[in-house]
Amino acid sequence: MTILRRCALTLLAGLAVVISVAVPALGQDTTVTGVRLGIVYAPGTRPGVLVLPVSGTAGDSIKAIIERDFTNGDRLNVIALEAAAIPPFGDGNTKPNYPLFTRLGAAALLQVTPTSFGIQVDVHNAGKGIVERTKAFPLPAGALSPNWRLALHDVADEIEQWITGVRGISATRILYVAGGRVYQVDSDGANAVALTSSGIAMSPVWNPAASHIAYMTMGSTGQQIVIREVGGATRILPTRDGLNMTPTFAPDGNTIVYAHGAESGTDLYATNAFGTEPARRITVGRGSDNTQPSYSPDGRRLAFTSGRLGHPEVYISDADGTNADLLTRDYVDQPYRANPDWSPDGRLIAFEAQVGGRLQVMSIGLRDRVVKRHTSEGVNEQPSWAPDSRHLVFTSNRGGSRQLWVLDVESNTVRQLTHATGGARFGAWSPPLRSR
Amino acid sequence: MNRGHRVLALSVLALAAISACKKKPETAPVTATPTPTPTCDQRCRDSISAFEKRRADSVAAAAAAAEATARERAMAATKATLAAAVYFEYDSDELSGDARSALDAKLPILRANPGLRLRIAGNTDERGSDEYNLALGQRRAAAVKRYLSDQGIDGERMEIISYGEERPAITESSEEAWRMNRRAEFEIIAGGDMLVAPR
Repeated sequence: MTILRRCALTLLAGLAVVISVAVPALGQDTTVTGVRLGIVYAPGTRPGVLVLPVSGTAGDSIKAIIERDFTNGDRLNVIALEAAAIPPFGDGNTKPNYPLFTRLGAAALLQVTPTSFGIQVDVHNAGKGIVERTKAFPLPAGALSPNWRLALHDVADEIEQWITGVRGISATRILYVAGGRVYQVDSDGANAVALTSSGIAMSPVWNPAASHIAYMTMGSTGQQIVIREVGGATRILPTRDGLNMTPTFAPDGNTIVYAHGAESGTDLYATNAFGTEPARRITVGRGSDNTQPSYSPDGRRLAFTSGRLGHPEVYISDADGTNADLLTRDYVDQPYRANPDWSPDGRLIAFEAQVGGRLQVMSIGLRDRVVKRHTSEGVNEQPSWAPDSRHLVFTSNRGGSRQLWVLDVESNTVRQLTHATGGARFGAWSPPLRSR
Repeated sequence: MNRGHRVLALSVLALAAISACKKKPETAPVTATPTPTPTCDQRCRDSISAFEKRRADSVAAAAAAAEATARERAMAATKATLAAAVYFEYDSDELSGDARSALDAKLPILRANPGLRLRIAGNTDERGSDEYNLALGQRRAAAVKRYLSDQGIDGERMEIISYGEERPAITESSEEAWRMNRRAEFEIIAGGDMLVAPR
C-alpha cells in the first residue's frame, strides 16, 4: 500500500466518521441542548426504547406514564412488550443480554427502581452494552397526585433529553376554556381542573414563568383582562372601557400587550403587567382590527392579526409596533389568516387560514417564508406551540365537538387532548414546568 | 106552491145542507193582550237605570279596551322597530340599504323618547377567528352608533358592545343561520318604562 493510498483511506475513514456524526443531527428539528447519549439513529427514525417493568405499588403507573410521555414526544419509539415477553434482564451480577434487546429494536433500555425518596433511573445503551446514565430523582409524596405526576413527567423529559438531545414536553400544562371557565390540563390529558368559577372567559395565556395566567372575561358592558396568580389572587388589568382581549406577556414577563377596541377599530396596547402605568398604543390601525399579538422569543418583535388591508392577515412588527410587514399573503382561496403564535425557537409562526370556508392550521418559516398546511379534517384553529417548537395544541371539531388536539408538525400526526363536555377551545401551552 | 117555488125551496135546502157539511174553518185561540202599564214604579225605574248604566259601562269598556289594544299595538310596534336587528355581509361592517332603512325607522322613536338609552351589540357568524370576530362585532356596533349619531342622536345615549360569535341567534351551520347571526342588536338600558310611540 502506497503512502498516497494510505492517506486516501485515512481521509475517507475520517469523512465517514464526520458523516456518521452529522447525519443524525439532521434528523432533529430543534436546537440540540444538553447532554445527548451516543445512540445513533437515522434521520426520520425514532430510537427504540424499552421501559422495563417497575416494581412497587406505583410501578405500573410509573411505567405507563413514562411510556406515554415518550410516545407523546414523537421522538422515541416505545417498544411495547407484555411483561412475560421481556427477556430476563439480569440480576445485577449478570450482564443483560443486550444483543437480544437490540434485536427487539431497543436502542435504549430504561430501568426504573423505586427508592425511599423517589426513583432511580438507569439508561442502558443496548448497542454499546453499557449503562449510559444513572440518576436518582426525588418524587413528592402521594403517588398519582398532580405534583407527583408532574415530577414524573419531568423525569421523562430529562430522560428524553439524554437519549435524543431534545427535552421532552411532558412536564407542561395546557390552558383552555370550556363552558366559559378557564381550565388547565396536563400535557397527557390528565388532571383537568377548573381555574375560574364564574364568568365567560376567553383567550387564556401563561406568563413566561408559568406563575401567572391572563385571560379575557366578557361582561354585560364590555370585556376586561384578568391576571391571575396560579393558585392565588386575581387582579383586573386597568384598561379603558370597551373591548379588551387577547392578552400576551412579553418574554421578560413584565410587559403585557393586549387588543383594545372602542369606536374606531381595535389596536394593540402595551402596559406593565403588574404595575399601573398607562397603556400605550403600539398599532395605528386607522379603524381596522389589530388583535392576537404574539411575541418573538427575544421579545423584540410582535406577530399579530390585522385587518388593515380589508381582511385579516398576519403581520410582524417591532415590539413597539413600528415597521409592520405583511407576513401572510394570498396563497389559498380565501384572504383570511389570523391567530399567529411564534414558536419558542423563533423559526416558525403558526396561524389559522381559511381554506374552502374552513379554518386550517398552518405554519410559515420565518427564513424562507415556506408555508405548510398541517390540518384538513374539519375546522382547525387557535394553534399554540409546545416548548419544543414541534408540537401544537389546537382546537378542532373533527370529533364532532370542538376539543383540543395535539399535532406533531413533523409527522402531522394528531392526538385528542380534551374530552370536555360542551367542548373546549383556546388552548395555550405552558412553558416547561420544572418540578424541582 | 107552484113548481118554481118548490125548486127554489129545494135549492135553498140543498145549499143549507151542503153548507152544514163543510168543515168549519179553524180560528186562532184568543189570548189576552196585557194592557201596557201606563206608569213605571220606582223599582221599574231602577231596573231601567241599572240596565242603561251597564250598557254605557260596557260601551266605555269596549272603547277603552280598543284604545288600549291600539296603544299596546303601537307600543309593540315601537318596541319591535326599536329592537329590530340590522344585518351585515360576511366580514363587513358596512351598512346596507336595508340596514340604513331599519335604523332610519328607529330615529322617530329615539327623538320622541329623549330619555331612552340603548346598548348596541355587534355579533358575527361562527366562521373565522373567535377573537377576530369580537373585533368585527365591535366594528359593526360602532358603525351603527356612528350612523345614528350622524342622524342627530346623541352618542351619549348609546353604548356599544361586541359578542362576536358567542351569542348566535341561530345555532346552526348554514348560510341562513350565518346571515341571521351577522347582526347588530338593540337593548334598552334606560327610559324603557317611559317609552312613547312617536306621533
